[in-house]
Amino acid sequence: MLEVKGLSTSFYQDEVEVKAVNDVSLSVASGESLGVVGESGSGKSTLALSLLRLIYPPGKIVSGEVLFDGQDLLKLSEPEMIKVRGARISMIFQDPFTSLNPVFTVGYQIAEAIALHQGANRKQAWSKAVEMLETVRIPHPALRIRDYPHQFSGGMRQRVMIAMALACRPEILIADEPTTALDVTIQAEILKLLKDLQKELKLSIIYITHNFGIVKQMCERAVVMHLGKVVEEGRIQEIMDNPREAYTKSLIDSLKVLNDRS
Amino acid sequence: MRKMTNNKLQMTNVGIFIILIMVVAAIFAPMIAPYDPSEIVEDNTLAPSIKHLFGTDDLGRDIFSRALYGARISLTVGLVAVTIAVLIGTLFGAIAGYYGGLVDSAIMRSVDVMLAFPSIFLILAIQVMLTPNIYNVMIVIGLTSWMGVARLVRGEFLRIRELQYVEAARAIGASDLRIIFRHILPNAMAPIIVAGTLGMAGAILTESALSFLGLGVQPPMPSWGNMLMDSQAYMRDAPWMAIIPGILILLAVLSLYFVGEGLRERLDVRG
Amino acid sequence: MIEVKELKKYFGVVRAVDGVSLAVESGESLGLVGESGSGKSTLARLILKLIEPDSGTINYDGIKNIRKDCQIVFQDPQTSLNPRIRIGEAIGEPMAIHKIVENRKSKIENRIKDLLDMVKLPAEYANRYPHALSGGERQRVGIARALAGEPRFLVLDEPVSSLDVTIQVQILDLLKELKRKLNLTYLFIAHDLSTIGYMCDKIAVMRAGKILEIGTTELILSAPQDPYTRQLLESSPKL
Repeated sequence: MLEVKGLSTSFYQDEVEVKAVNDVSLSVASGESLGVVGESGSGKSTLALSLLRLIYPPGKIVSGEVLFDGQDLLKLSEPEMIKVRGARISMIFQDPFTSLNPVFTVGYQIAEAIALHQGANRKQAWSKAVEMLETVRIPHPALRIRDYPHQFSGGMRQRVMIAMALACRPEILIADEPTTALDVTIQAEILKLLKDLQKELKLSIIYITHNFGIVKQMCERAVVMHLGKVVEEGRIQEIMDNPREAYTKSLIDSLKVLNDRS
Repeated sequence: MRKMTNNKLQMTNVGIFIILIMVVAAIFAPMIAPYDPSEIVEDNTLAPSIKHLFGTDDLGRDIFSRALYGARISLTVGLVAVTIAVLIGTLFGAIAGYYGGLVDSAIMRSVDVMLAFPSIFLILAIQVMLTPNIYNVMIVIGLTSWMGVARLVRGEFLRIRELQYVEAARAIGASDLRIIFRHILPNAMAPIIVAGTLGMAGAILTESALSFLGLGVQPPMPSWGNMLMDSQAYMRDAPWMAIIPGILILLAVLSLYFVGEGLRERLDVRG
Repeated sequence: MIEVKELKKYFGVVRAVDGVSLAVESGESLGLVGESGSGKSTLARLILKLIEPDSGTINYDGIKNIRKDCQIVFQDPQTSLNPRIRIGEAIGEPMAIHKIVENRKSKIENRIKDLLDMVKLPAEYANRYPHALSGGERQRVGIARALAGEPRFLVLDEPVSSLDVTIQVQILDLLKELKRKLNLTYLFIAHDLSTIGYMCDKIAVMRAGKILEIGTTELILSAPQDPYTRQLLESSPKL
């Protein structure tokens, strides 16, 4: 469903090119979830933004193809891309505290996304927004929808972000470290929610994280990124049992050390 | 540090260039000026010519020479006034931001009171009571324009004092003075420098306004403001008398704004 | 070494620390686990006397000067070092304040070199500014600064949670080694059990200002008594 071929994105600083994403190829099938694992500076977030063409100067997508249903997203005009972004492929981010606008109610913000992409009138969009809050298991959705972001906890806010991302029934959800800023108990709830929703809505998920444990729980297949390149690819269990690259091995060994006793 | 857009970078460079020329001209005024600024050298209100680049004024003094010496006065007044303002503002802002609580409330309410006075009237009132001379102008402008700096510095102190390196300094037993001067103030300098640059533009304008009203720098000492005042009666016959100091004030103020804005971007100051 | 009794600290209506009693024995490494808002950082700052409690007592045994004998390593290597002070000066500051070494330049410089060596950083780092260092390296500088005053007790406030996993293990191993070499006592704060399990002999679980349970690491991890501890254990993704 989504196939990335030889994608490279660079940043230019003082005439020096930094290859944040360097010749990356990967694919995600319909209904599948793919993990993208990497440490800070591996280029995993830049990869995510590149897929949606959200790269701005001094960054630039240098080469490659992002084939979505056979169509190269990198060749679309910006108006055409807007119809894809947020509607057919959407994204959730790490920080649920800054991703919502504090001056509007969450209902207004979800309804806005719906109206924007589906041309629904206000009433339809609003009832759809209530429905979405229910979908992400927020209790009393019809009441909570009139609340402002600061009235939600971090975990609840991330649920709102998920509701907004899924409002237009996208086929692919890109999740960029959506639980890193949250407490572990909340993280467990959000991960379970995402997993349930994936089944319910037959979503494809690209799950970006530094945490192998999360990938193991969420995904069947994963790629490991290091310094902008994909260094390992395969079924998650195989990668963990039998890493081919020294880098992947050191990463997994470190994790095992920490998980040994707990 | 961020990269500036080309356009902004150019404006900043132009600003720096103009200010530099003015500073050099002011410093070397006695060498550059062809005539004594207060000496009557020629017929009055002569149009600009090779002999008198900017013409002569109503008394027959060389405007070019007066503009050079005027730059000395206007820039000095601006610099000294803004230095006074920055020192007072930094002191009060730092105390308010660092100690917080009652001290903070007391200082910041005084700032509010000071800001509630239209400062030009305050300055005028004080100047009427004092003998108007260049020193009083500098002090009065400085004493009435520190409030913005105080607010800014307080904000920076409130932000920085919560950073972990300040807590670390506290944990190793550093004294308040050490924390303020070694750990917080150096990290608050960038916005202070920007505010100082923009403040200097304001001080030059205020000086001009005061001198224009006759309550600032007193004749025969030339400043751009009192040169403007002298021109009032001769607008029609000798427009250059008004245009020359007017343009100089405009250029100086505008250049300082460009430099201030450039610094703001360069030093990555928010707000 | 440190004994806390019925300690309370409220911020307005928030009961950050709500009647905590615990003891840190000399030479041990006590883990304090809790999620955001549990009051674990407030408790640490009370113990270091960086803030004053509303009520309750803290007894120090074998600690004369808290500012010298007790130190803290912070979570965020981005903000825990003053960006305008060179690494060497930052490490030297506690020495200057407490006059640890004779105030001769060469002696102080030698001591800074020793400390850098202790945290396995090259001596020439003394002349660098924090921005030229990676997150892990900065955290090592934070540790060296904490050690400069020759403390006996260290609070480690989530010292690795903002670092990459491989770096985390390196820093934790360094901390273990230093503890042995210098006979240190640790209070190690974390928001999950994985790093604490690796570092600590004893674990205290904190939630909403209260200590729910304290026990040896073995006991807490294998047979947690409190339902919340069980929830914490089950929540962390398994490998």
